[in-house]
This record gives sequence, C-alpha cells and structure tokens, in this order.
Amino acid sequence: MKITDIVTGLNLKVISGHNGLTNEITGGYVSDLLSDVMGNAKEGQVWITLQTHQNIIAVGSLKDLSAIIIVKGLVPEADTVEKSNIENIPVLSTELDTFNMTGRLFDLLR
Amino acid sequence: MQYFRADLHIHTVLSPCGDLEMSPGNIVSEAALRGIDIIGITDHNTTRHCDLVKRLAGEKGIFVMQGAEVTTKEEVHCLAFFENTDALNKFQEYLDLNLPEIKNDPSKFGYQVQVDENENVVYEEKKLLINAISKSIDEVESLVHSLKGLFIPAHINRTKNSIYSQLGFLPVNLKADALEISRATTPGQFLKVHPEIKGFTLLRGSDAHYPGDIGSSTTLFFIEEPSFQEIKMALKGEYGRKIITE
Repeated sequence: MKITDIVTGLNLKVISGHNGLTNEITGGYVSDLLSDVMGNAKEGQVWITLQTHQNIIAVGSLKDLSAIIIVKGLVPEADTVEKSNIENIPVLSTELDTFNMTGRLFDLLR
Repeated sequence: MQYFRADLHIHTVLSPCGDLEMSPGNIVSEAALRGIDIIGITDHNTTRHCDLVKRLAGEKGIFVMQGAEVTTKEEVHCLAFFENTDALNKFQEYLDLNLPEIKNDPSKFGYQVQVDENENVVYEEKKLLINAISKSIDEVESLVHSLKGLFIPAHINRTKNSIYSQLGFLPVNLKADALEISRATTPGQFLKVHPEIKGFTLLRGSDAHYPGDIGSSTTLFFIEEPSFQEIKMALKGEYGRKIITE
C-alpha cells in the first residue's frame, strides 16, 4: 500500500512532501516522544503524532519513515513544512485524535 | 574578577512538586549556609515567588536570577531568566495567557502556594503549573530573547521533559544561551555521548525541590560581580568572564 492509498482511504489532508506520496507503507508507529521514535520506529512505517516541531522530519528521514500524520488538526511549523518538502517525507493531517486515527489506519493496513 | 558559586535551578513551594519547606526564607537561609552566592528561582511556569526571594536574599548578600522553568508545548523544560521586574512581569503575563485552564488537585500534585516572609500563605495558584503551555520551544525562545532574557534548556541529559527525550536531538538553529545538565552527569561524560553540543556552554544546577538539594550541584562563575549582565557575559565567555561546571 502506498501513501496515496491512505490519503484517499482515510481522508487525510496532504500538507507537504508531495514527492513522497508514492512511498510504500510497511506498517505504523505511534509516539509523541521523538527519542522513542528514533529508537523504535521501523523503515517504511507511517508515524502518527501530535508533535509539529521540525525535528519530526529529521527523525522521519533518519528512520526512513513513509509519512507522518499529525492529529487533531494541529498545524506544523513553517520550517517543518519546508524540511518535509526537502526530505520528501509527506506530512499529512487529520482532524481525528490519535486513538481514532490509529484505529482506522490499523484497519486499513490489516 | 573572582569566582562566585551559583545554583541556577531552584524550585520554591509554589511549584506543586516543591517541598512545603521551600519557602523563600528557607531557601535563602539554606543557600547562605551552603556558601551559594547566586541562586536562580525557577518554578514551573510561574515567576511569582521571585520578588520575595530577591528581597530576602539581598539582605544576606545573595544575588538572585529571577525566572521560571517553562514547559513548552513539546513538554521540554527550559529555564528562562530576566534582568528586571518589567521583563519578568511581561513574561508572567505570557505564562498566564498560555497555560491551559486546568485546575490543580493538591492531593495529587501538591500545593501551589505563595508565602510571605513570615511563612503565611498569601496566594494559591489554582491552575496546574506543571502542564505545558501552548507555545513551541522556538516561540518561547524568541519571546524570552525579545525580553532580553536568557534561555537555557533544562536537564538535557534526563529521559523525561528534556530536549533529547521530547525532540530526539538538539534542533538546528536553536538559540540557547547555555544548556543545563543535571547532577547525574558531568560535562565530560555528557560530551562523550553528545559531541555535537561542544559549542554550547554547559551549566549544572541542582533542580532543588527540597532544602537539602540546594547547592548539591553548582556552577562557578568567574565574573566582576554577581549581576545579570556579568552572568550573561560569563555564559558567552566574553571579556574574560567564564564558567566552571563543578
């Protein structure tokens, strides 16, 4: 499954990183501690978080994540958007909270 | 110039986690007893005890760095210090405005009380002070600097509420005046694991919540006299001023 499939399937808004929309998804990871994501997320996973700081893109790039979903309609900082476009890691947005977003992504990937 | 011993990270009883014995009077007596020349007052998301500590400390010849330990929206703890009452009050307004309206439950989190010099409670903060404010670390940094204050991410070696735990690593272009490490490590040890921060000044503070913690971890400032500007110069290593992390 590709990022474009979850964008359509889960009604996500693409904020940035459009060049990464064809990334293949291997699974998902949920955490708001970037140190934890650095230690435990796996290549190709979609990361669901409420963090919006530019460091999320660096972590996404380091771990080769397929995309980052920001929950609750939170808006990423301008430098996060900029770095997402440079690194080709899509930043997606949902109005849902983490619990509901994760449940739906889990169902879709199952 | 000479050396002055500083502990720039001290909580008062106003912080919910601060011991009831951490009144301004007790903090000043304890600091005097332990030969501390400069103390930083850094309650969680409030500056309301700074004035009284400054007044009482002045009587004992102790210099006070007035500030707070802010919790950014990423839940990173950062120390902020200000030179004068005007800047401090503006920062207090910013905290009041951006701290969420969630009530403290003293039975769970502890009392958040302000006392006078006779240890009488004069004010109780109703909002839970350990919550995160709604501003990002970059927004807080830029506000602190617009008020000509000092911005110092706290206990960066800790596995919770530190820049490393919350944000993974030091954000590029973060304009920190120094970085604080806790007493659990030393600059030498920490730099071995994180050589990328060798350009930063490393401070050590006690993060005291109990009287016995005060001065348990300190930094020596080699300065002309204890003042905000001298301390600022020492953090930047300007004009022969410097610090030695003990």
